[in-house]
Amino acid sequence: MILETIMIIALCLLMLAILANLYRVVKGPSSADRVQALDSIGINLIASIAVYSVLLHTHAFFDLILLIGILSFIGTVAFARFIERGVVIERKR
Amino acid sequence: MSGSGDVVGVILILIGAAISLISAIGNVRLPDVYTRSHAASKSSTLGVLCTLVGTLLYFVISDGYFSIRLILGIVFVFLTAPVAAHVICRAAYRHQVPLAEGTAQDELKDYYMENENIDNKNTDNKANLIEKEVKLQVTE
Repeated sequence: MILETIMIIALCLLMLAILANLYRVVKGPSSADRVQALDSIGINLIASIAVYSVLLHTHAFFDLILLIGILSFIGTVAFARFIERGVVIERKR
Repeated sequence: MSGSGDVVGVILILIGAAISLISAIGNVRLPDVYTRSHAASKSSTLGVLCTLVGTLLYFVISDGYFSIRLILGIVFVFLTAPVAAHVICRAAYRHQVPLAEGTAQDELKDYYMENENIDNKNTDNKANLIEKEVKLQVTE
């Protein structure tokens, strides 16, 4: 019982963190701010999935942690290359 | 349901969630993109690592289930989150996102002006960004 209460408190803290990052996504002056905040939202989602799997007492969601980590990293790097050079994949001429 | 050994994992999870919230507050309150990246990368990495280690310890202690996938996730997040922050910061600097008002010195400026050959094609973009930052600081 107290375990569930603590897990719900942790989920509420993570929800506040995601909302604060969402504020930065909406209001950030440059696009690098928005990409940084979206990457931070991805990391907070990983933490939320871990807390939720403890709350449900199952280990079926651990693949999802790895998957969201990889997707967040790839998306961030691709968007950073787009900001920096204008293209994501350079082709040889 | 909760034995005495689970307390370690639960406390680690709560600490990790609190550190993530602190990181998000820093991401809202700090003045420019580089300091925001400083807050967002370091402390949110620490927060998610505390949460994942707490989850791992919880399942090891309560079920005796040791998850290799969770270990892989911890190592992957630990390796890639600072790299992503570095790449974003470099992209922002090369795209001439302005620094905060109170910045004392900019040591990268001479280096990039000499070696990277950034010409003035982005100056109107930079002017727009400076205007936006000034408006934002006035409204706040």
